[in-house]
Amino acid sequence: MRNPLSKQIVEIEPSGIRKFFDIVNEMEDAISLGVGEPDFDTPWHIREEGIYSLEKGRTFYTSNAGLKELKIEISRYMDRKFHLDYDYNHEIIVTVGGSEAIDIAMRAMIDPGDEVLIPQPSFVCYPPCALLAGGKPVVIELKEENEFRLTAEEVLAAVTPKTKILVLPFPNNPTGSVMEKKDLEEIAKVVIDHDLFVISDEIYSELTYGSSHVSIASLPGMQERTITINGFSKSYAMTGWRLGYACGPKEIIEQMLKIHQFAIMCAPTTSQYAAVEALKNGDGDVEKMRQEYDGRRRYLLHRLREMGIECFEPYGAFYMFPNIKQFGMTSEEFAKQLLEKEKVAVVPGTAFGESGEGFLRISYAYSLEDLKAALGRIENFVCTLKREQ
Amino acid sequence: MREKILTVIEKNSRIDLKELAIILGVDEAAILNELAAMEKEHVICGYHTLINWEKTGVEKVMAMIEVRVTPQRGMGFDKVAERIYNYPEVESVYLISGSFDFMVVLDGKNLREVSQFVSEKLSTLDSVLSTKTNFILKKYKDHGTIMAEPPKDERMKIAP
Repeated sequence: MRNPLSKQIVEIEPSGIRKFFDIVNEMEDAISLGVGEPDFDTPWHIREEGIYSLEKGRTFYTSNAGLKELKIEISRYMDRKFHLDYDYNHEIIVTVGGSEAIDIAMRAMIDPGDEVLIPQPSFVCYPPCALLAGGKPVVIELKEENEFRLTAEEVLAAVTPKTKILVLPFPNNPTGSVMEKKDLEEIAKVVIDHDLFVISDEIYSELTYGSSHVSIASLPGMQERTITINGFSKSYAMTGWRLGYACGPKEIIEQMLKIHQFAIMCAPTTSQYAAVEALKNGDGDVEKMRQEYDGRRRYLLHRLREMGIECFEPYGAFYMFPNIKQFGMTSEEFAKQLLEKEKVAVVPGTAFGESGEGFLRISYAYSLEDLKAALGRIENFVCTLKREQ
Repeated sequence: MREKILTVIEKNSRIDLKELAIILGVDEAAILNELAAMEKEHVICGYHTLINWEKTGVEKVMAMIEVRVTPQRGMGFDKVAERIYNYPEVESVYLISGSFDFMVVLDGKNLREVSQFVSEKLSTLDSVLSTKTNFILKKYKDHGTIMAEPPKDERMKIAP
């Protein structure tokens, strides 16, 4: 029999997080701080709307790009939050989570050999998506001394004549880093000078704890070269509903729609109806959750620093990215030992790229009680390590 | 700052002062001052415990009584309310808009005790015109808290 597999897909490494997942899952009494999704349930009025849509028998496909009503609400939301004007009819597509939007954006824009700049540490899907689209991922290693922000110099150093796309993953998973307006303005200048396009993954845009999130598309000259990706998973605690969207120039969205239409047809109908309710009446829920995260964020940072673990203060998402280099172990070793000795699961920074070496991702999408219990164990572990040193 | 403190302690009055200070990002002493001031001003009226009595051996009966009254001259409803709320059996009293005037929540040991209170104490008050007693059969949610045990965390333990 011939080899049934594509060489390209075989060469792609499975998500690094997966290996660790298997170990953790076997430990029944492990406390996890390793989850990348909100601990809150989807607000009830949003769930109700999903249930109601099912009761009404709305169980059919929607149009490929998504429900008109939802696209209109998304367009209003983009204006309300980021002062961005998108035509709901041509410049918005509703997708199966932000992940699909990332995938089809890359496939719609990349020709073989095109280089895609990917700042890391970052979410795991960008390099494989770029590869599968025929592109060449070029990693930019973000630095702790910049609080894991992307600088214009770093982009400049990585740009070649083949560079076509810059992925902008902020607020960032796993570092919690955010880009402020002045940071974005410098990036935008390089992008325009070198005629690049931006895929801006703004899935955590609602979860910032300093200034409000700024979308790079709202800077002069940027809307026409940016695909802005967002969704409902993190802001409205709707991960399982699988619903996201992309906004961008008509010519790009049109091509993305073709891939979406052949591969997916349309995003889940029930989720789309629920999402309309989220955008119409969900601002209060988002704010409540944000404040809750903010309190935990302060608590977690305080406790880590109290234990003598270095960590920059992150102002976005729900992650902290402490530096554990002082213990002379790799991230993976540290995470493994912490799991074995104290039964606390965190994710090694290297799951998000080589530049995550020496760091851990700790999620604070947990109740204060859970955080407290886990931090007590981490403190034990760290104390033992320090005594041994 | 008051609002922030209250939002947290409304749900968890037992929170450690030091923790509260960290969570709100303010000084411990400042919180202590505010708490004292709010207690003095009776903004904070108490720190109670929410108990699911059904899970204990203690028998309890609760009733909500709709009460219609004639307000007293010059005093309005407040005077009447005072005569009602001073009874220790009375858990809470609300002035209500609509088809009756007071909602009186009673806390008693058994049905007899509650109905006795209504017939002997409440309905015999001069200004009370009528009462309608509704016994509570089951409490699902109280003070924003669902009585059933909270569901387990069903998320996968590790996710990107």
